[in-house]
This record gives sequence, structure tokens and C-alpha cells, in this order.
Amino acid sequence: MPSYSTNELRSGLKVMIDGAPCNIVDVEFVKPGKGQAFVRVKYRVLTTDRVNERTLKSGEGLEAADVHETDMQYLYDDGSTWHFMEPSSYEQYEANADAVGDAAQWLREQDVCTVTLYNNVPLSVTPPNFVTLEITRTDPGVRGDTSSGGTKPATLETGAVVKVPLFIQQGEVIRIDTRIGEYVSRAKE
Amino acid sequence: MTAAAGAAGRADGAAARGSGGREGPAGADWRPAASLDALRLRARLAGRTRAFFAARGVLEVETPLLAAAATPEPHLASLAVAGDPPRYLQTSPELHMKRLLAAGSGPIYQLGRAFRGGEAGRRHNPEFTLLEWYRPGLDEHGLLEEVEALLRELLPAERLGPPPAPRASYGELFRRHLGVDPHRATAAELDRAIAAAALSGPDFAPDDRDGRLHLLMALAVEPRLPAGLVFVHGFPAGQASLARVRETAEGPVAARFEAFVDRVELANGFHELADPVEQRRRFEGDLAARRAAGFPAPPLDERFLAALEAGLPDCAGVALGFDRLVMLAAGADSLDAVLAFPADRA
Repeated sequence: MPSYSTNELRSGLKVMIDGAPCNIVDVEFVKPGKGQAFVRVKYRVLTTDRVNERTLKSGEGLEAADVHETDMQYLYDDGSTWHFMEPSSYEQYEANADAVGDAAQWLREQDVCTVTLYNNVPLSVTPPNFVTLEITRTDPGVRGDTSSGGTKPATLETGAVVKVPLFIQQGEVIRIDTRIGEYVSRAKE
Repeated sequence: MTAAAGAAGRADGAAARGSGGREGPAGADWRPAASLDALRLRARLAGRTRAFFAARGVLEVETPLLAAAATPEPHLASLAVAGDPPRYLQTSPELHMKRLLAAGSGPIYQLGRAFRGGEAGRRHNPEFTLLEWYRPGLDEHGLLEEVEALLRELLPAERLGPPPAPRASYGELFRRHLGVDPHRATAAELDRAIAAAALSGPDFAPDDRDGRLHLLMALAVEPRLPAGLVFVHGFPAGQASLARVRETAEGPVAARFEAFVDRVELANGFHELADPVEQRRRFEGDLAARRAAGFPAPPLDERFLAALEAGLPDCAGVALGFDRLVMLAAGADSLDAVLAFPADRA
């Protein structure tokens, strides 16, 4: 892989730090008066999701990480392996539970999501920001409740459980913000 | 970078910017980065600065931006301009202004541009405005008083805190915040301080004490300075640059100060080194450090050294980052807010 010198570093670049692929979150050029220049790099380790900081001397470099994001169709899972397909090449990729993580609860077969590949192996899976899913089980709302009232748990077709307003009924299709895991609205059919 | 590269067509410029990540078609970022209000503030501050020096009988001067020699300071990159012979954009007006002092100019100031390659970030732009002035007959402590007086003319009182601003020595700050004596600590002791401050630092050469001190100062000490105006003095002898070195109870210490406002490094001043032999020795040391680091070694400024031979009056001098001053006056956090056209849209 190519490497980046400190003056090329910017947020969003994928680089190798301590042998792990990382996403640069922030870069700050620091130079004391008559002193040497440093570049302070804040980065997220893509394998652990931890955010760390590292200070480099100006002119030092970081190796680029072979990381890229691509939209793929989720095909199916067997409980331990999730199968995805790149729609233009039909190439299939297998992701383990670590890579799929919380995305699993929002994925319905055929849905398109973003798969981050590291050395061509899925490293993480990001569901669309909004998904529409059917409610397979929820208690009936209590009569007289209004939309400003409380919430109740609802189980979705993917198995995820979200809080929904009391007026939402079993069998309805709702829109969910996957970034916060919350009900947004009824889906317009 | 060379003038030839700088003169390349507009399309090349736009292509070179590609990796900069700015969205939109070429030319879409033609507008100034600073608001017109910020530019008016800049003009007002420049006017008040000139009035301050006029009232004190300090002469405004202008010196070349393009010159035959370049600073040998290892941490400054001079931009070369192609030509026969090649010329260098000046990283500061210091050497030319000292030639004027040696010629008997008396107190002088300059509000002008300086260029430093590779310095770009929230608080840096490769082309910037420096306010630099020299006071014969003062040492760094006397000049520091005048820096405070100027800042009180230019920045709101609540920004600076009550007068006089606190003065702290570099040694005190390191002992207080890091428990280490910067003048005497070994490289290994400084490494322990770096680890204790939870800084993940770069690899330094085994004997590079000053590299470690720069890291600690920038990332562990400066963030702990109080808000408002603060002066730091008594820098390590290895960071004397063009300042005198004085024997003190702490050991040899550079006769140098820096001014910080809200933890932004704003000005750097010296009791100026006037000894031509010592000056040449330091320049040669700087050139050796540049060669060792693989940096270009520019020609030494023999005219400046000849001026020191002729006699530089005992004086103190200071350089103040004028863009940063405007940034602070505007209450902004980034130079882009006060530069009409920062480097990425210049």
C-alpha cells in the first residue's frame, strides 16, 4: 500500500497504526514557536472502534490501510456467518458476527447496506440510516391513548425490539433510525 | 515549491487541490474565507498598531521578502523561488531588520508578510503577517512590558485578564505540571514525563532533548496555561535560536519569552544575540542539524553576519503573529476566519 506523509493526513483517511486499520477522525498541526512541527492525529481503530491519539513528527508517514466501503446486498445468514453480495460483480463476501455487530438486527434479506472491507474481508457492516420494518409482535395499545402518550416495546420482523408509541399496532410497517435504534414514524405505504 | 510551480496555470492549481478534498467544480471556492467584518477588524487593528508605534517614536520599515539567503533554523522551511540566482521567501524579517539596527536605525518595526513552507493548519498558514519590532537598550523583560502594553491597546480587557499579566518561567511550568526540570532532565527522564502525560509521541533521536521538550511544551504544558495573557520566559538554552544565553540559578537559560493569549502562542521575543562569533557557531550548528535531517542547507546570510561584526546595538526584539491577534480579537478559533484567502483558496 502507499503511505501518506503528515501533510497529506486528513479526517476520513484509512491508515495503519500499530498494525491495525484505522480511520482518521481529526488532524491538528502543532508547532511550538521555534520548535519542531508535530501532527496530532486522532483516530478510530476500526477493529475495536476505540478512539486514540498519536503525535507524529512532521514529515513522518503512515501506511495507507487497504480499507474501502462498498454497498452490498445482504443475502442470508446461518447464525454465525452473514453472506453479502457486491451487486455489480456478483462477488460474495462472508462476514462474521464481530463484523456484522449490531447491524444484524436491522438487516432483512435483499436489503442493501454498506460493508467496509479490510484486505478484502468484511470488517464492519453499516445498515442504511433508515429502514422500514414490519412489527411482528406488540401488545395492543390501551384505549384513549394519544400519539403524545407513552411507548411500548415492539418486536420487528428482524427480531429487533424498539419502543413505539402506544397507537402503533402489530402488523404495521414503521420507519426506524438505525443510528440511534429509534422509531421515527409509520412508513407510508 | 518554486515560483515556477506557483506560476503554473489555473487548471493545474485546481488539480493539485484535488486531494485537499474541497467539494465542487474548480473555482467554486472563489469567495473570501473571512467575513468582511473580520477584514474591517484586521484593518482597524493594523491602524491602531501603527498609531501605537508612531506615538512611541518607533520607525516603520520595509525589508525584502525575496532574498539571496535563507534562515538555517532547522525547524523552518524557506520557500525557494526559481531564478538565476535562486531567491528565498523570508521566514521572518529578523536578519534584514538587524542590518538596519546595526546601521543605526534606532527602534524599528515592520508589519509585513512572512513565508514558512509546510505550515498549514488551524493556527498556521504558509503565508502570514508578522508584526516584528526591535528596541535598542531593552532586554527581553523590558520588551515584554511593551508587548503587554500593545496587546492592551488591541485586545479587549476581558480577553487579557487584569494587568500585569502573569509571568512564569519555562522551568517553573515544567516542574509544576510535569514534575521535571527541563534544563537538567535527561532524555530518559523526559521520556518518562511524556509517558506520564499519556502522550503517544514520535520516536526521537536518543540525545534529542529539545524535540522531547517541544512535544511536552506544546501538548502537556500549553494546554494547562491559564486563560488570558500569560508570558513564559527562561527557555532552555538549546532553544535560544537568536537569543542570548544567560547563566541563572537554573543553569544556562535562553533570554527569550513567549506571549500566550488563551493558550494561543502569539509572540516570541529575544534579548538579541549580538556576538558574531557565537552567531556563526549557532548557524553552523543549525546547518549541520539540517544536513543530518536531510533538509536543504541554504546559503548563510554573510551580510547579516557582517552587520553583527560591525556591531548590533544591545537590543531586544519580538515577532507577533498578527493573523492570530486578529483571530483572538474576532473571537474566532481558526485563522481561516480572519484570512481573506487562506492557502487552500489562495
